[in-house]
Amino acid sequence: MTVLQASVVDMAATIRRDRWRWVREYGVYIALALVVVFDLLFTSNFATTANVRTQLVQVSPVIVVALGMAMVIGTAGIDLSVGSVMALSAAVLPLYLGYGVVPAVLMCLVAGCLSGLLGGSLVAFVGVQPIVATLALLVGGRGLALVIADGQLKQISDPTILSLGDGSFLGISYFVLVAAGVALLVAFLVRRTTFGRQLVAVGGNRAASRVAGLPVRRVLLTVYVLSGALAALAGVFYTARLTASDPSSIGQLYELSAITAVVVGGTPLAGGRVKVLGTLAGAMLVQLVRATIIKLDLPDSTAQLVQAAIILAAVFVQRERSTR
Amino acid sequence: MSETNRPVLEAIDITKSFPGVVALSDVSLTVHRGTVHALVGENGAGKSTLIKVLTGVHSADSGDVRLNGEPVDFTRPSEAQHAGISTVYQEVNLVPLMSVARNIFLGREPTRRGLIDFAQMNEKAEHVLTTYGIDVDVRRPLRSLGMGVQQMVAVARAISLKASVVVMDEPTSSLEPREVEKLFDVIRRLKADGVSVIYVSHRMEELYTICEQVTVLRDGRRVHTGPLLELPRLELVATMLGREVAEVRSHGTTGYADAGHDVTAETPVLVVRNLTRRPAVAGVSFDVRPGEVLGLGGLLGAGRSETVKAVSGVDRAESGDVRVAGRHLRSGSTGAAISAGIALLPEDRKTEGIIPELSVRENIVLAAMPRLSRAGLVSEGRQRRVVDTLMKRLRIKASSPEQKVRELSGGNQQKVLLARLLCLSPKVLLLDEPTRGIDVGAKAEVQALVEELAQDGIGVVLISSEVEELLEGSDRVVVLKDGVVVDELRGEGVSGDALMAALAAEPGTDRVRTSATPGDRQEVASS
Repeated sequence: MTVLQASVVDMAATIRRDRWRWVREYGVYIALALVVVFDLLFTSNFATTANVRTQLVQVSPVIVVALGMAMVIGTAGIDLSVGSVMALSAAVLPLYLGYGVVPAVLMCLVAGCLSGLLGGSLVAFVGVQPIVATLALLVGGRGLALVIADGQLKQISDPTILSLGDGSFLGISYFVLVAAGVALLVAFLVRRTTFGRQLVAVGGNRAASRVAGLPVRRVLLTVYVLSGALAALAGVFYTARLTASDPSSIGQLYELSAITAVVVGGTPLAGGRVKVLGTLAGAMLVQLVRATIIKLDLPDSTAQLVQAAIILAAVFVQRERSTR
Repeated sequence: MSETNRPVLEAIDITKSFPGVVALSDVSLTVHRGTVHALVGENGAGKSTLIKVLTGVHSADSGDVRLNGEPVDFTRPSEAQHAGISTVYQEVNLVPLMSVARNIFLGREPTRRGLIDFAQMNEKAEHVLTTYGIDVDVRRPLRSLGMGVQQMVAVARAISLKASVVVMDEPTSSLEPREVEKLFDVIRRLKADGVSVIYVSHRMEELYTICEQVTVLRDGRRVHTGPLLELPRLELVATMLGREVAEVRSHGTTGYADAGHDVTAETPVLVVRNLTRRPAVAGVSFDVRPGEVLGLGGLLGAGRSETVKAVSGVDRAESGDVRVAGRHLRSGSTGAAISAGIALLPEDRKTEGIIPELSVRENIVLAAMPRLSRAGLVSEGRQRRVVDTLMKRLRIKASSPEQKVRELSGGNQQKVLLARLLCLSPKVLLLDEPTRGIDVGAKAEVQALVEELAQDGIGVVLISSEVEELLEGSDRVVVLKDGVVVDELRGEGVSGDALMAALAAEPGTDRVRTSATPGDRQEVASS
């Protein structure tokens, strides 16, 4: 009898565990689907080309930044500096536009890489905790951006840059295309390259990766550099769309939006996994929920509360992993 | 009945099991007032569990604990502390940033009008410390002091709790010899004050210096209890390990050596000279030849794991030279060691071995991934061919190569780790406790595999806490103690007897590393 009871309890636990695993794997897609269905039914002008385009354009910078963040989080780290790197990139852009668009954009990316190199070095070689290392860059990066720009907002008049902001190819905004390209690239990097698999291993068990001879420090350094470069790229496009370089406002709180997208997308903060598709869905989910609430004429504070609820739900669903 | 004969703490027929293992089986322990009682046994003998039962961390399945003759039933550590049983752990677990005085009075600070009365607290702390001859500024933060002093503060805290019994779990493992002396002074004063001490340590010298009584545990049972001085060192070690003093090794060499192949003729594939990483490794030298299994013998804390970690680059050596096939190996880089052909199977499978969330396939190819890739691109086809071969060869039981490794049994996880090493076609394998915590079947398979690998010409370094495994698996055994090589057993000399003699040897006995013969050892044993 007791044996039977025990096995019934075991079975119930297994079913419960499997259900949670299922929710953890696919929860974000289900939630996204539910929001889309809700919008199709109740929100006016949702299924219009113009609206779809707007939503995609608005979510693109979050996606680009969040994909870099997802790789950092995959190594059990975090990058709080991304918003400030966007500002830094925006501040650098007008300085070099005189040399042409390509050198200017490259300099922005270099600035992002340098920021990532600094943060990554602190994490990989000095052993500073990622949250502290990148917090320093969050503060310092924006400060530096403001110094470079002399605290001024600069109008951008370069036609090529402006076309990055409002141009499109086959009806799809350049920005959306770039975000899609970055998503493919990161997915490829994570799944098909030695670097990507080592990244996941380092996040899954750093000590074991070291014993197995993996280049742990190089992997850590690289993810922060990539995250910095992607944030800088997002900064360029954001500036182009704004038609002005405004280092004091660009990228404010972007680190939080990016982390939200990654976590809601099912990438565990404990590291060891990178969910690229989940991150895209997570970013979309937050974007649509926000847009829906604004369309319903509810105050922005409601949107924030709902966003908080989504984060809590994502954390709740993932909670079992850590107690393993 | 004299004062010292009164039992202050008694454990009677304690049984405690955890899922799958019986950790303690009818174990009794009697500690008399004002005595120091040694509790010894190899890893997993049940010492920690017994201590945890006595101090209220675990509750026993059956049996009684009596304090001053009264039955007690502690459900948490604070209850045991209030009743007068304090514990000093191996690692000081106090608050590093707080002052010495605050640490001593943590959780029961003297107060005035609801605020901590620092003046009174410092004064009281100073009083406790000076009583035991410890001279330290009680206002300094704990972490600014040496490990030894920190340990003293932990002891002072235990005493100030009005303890009648202080449990010390390997209190000297991080102390310098001078600090150990100081600790012993404190223990002697405790005895004079009628406080009893339960002393857990693997260091023979210390036990014979400070303890009167001894209780030996083995496999969760009490195998001996009595006055320590009536039990010579050699017998104590034999009792701990569960072997007869006269017992000689049944089979001395692997099949390779039996076949008449003299491995000693080969050039060593691994040469280690004066490898030092204090405090655990203090100048270790040994050679490993191709096709040879070299056992590293020694008790816990002798520096065996630390030695292989320093050789494999997990830890950076302070000094010394490691050569693989004649070429110097840069220290402190696991990548360099693996490129040179050294592969380590770490002691702790969970924390240093498997990547739990990755698949069996990815865990196996982890270290060899760059070799199985082209231009940084993963070729799953190539990986799968290698993985399939290894999974068959090692008989790894998994539903598929894509199953997550955390879902596998311990034995299969261990085989996955061995497969990871074999992917690298190593010249030298360092195996730290390759069969710990795996079932009997897998254990035999792993042992057979080790022998097979040696026959293929790989040099193997084997660490095992199981004497049988070490003796039967090794061609030669180098015995470590306190981070130095104290003896080397070879050929017919690879015997339990000889190993025990080496383990029990007096400190300062000068033993020449390579000239040890059974005769030599007998002399030491009887001295």
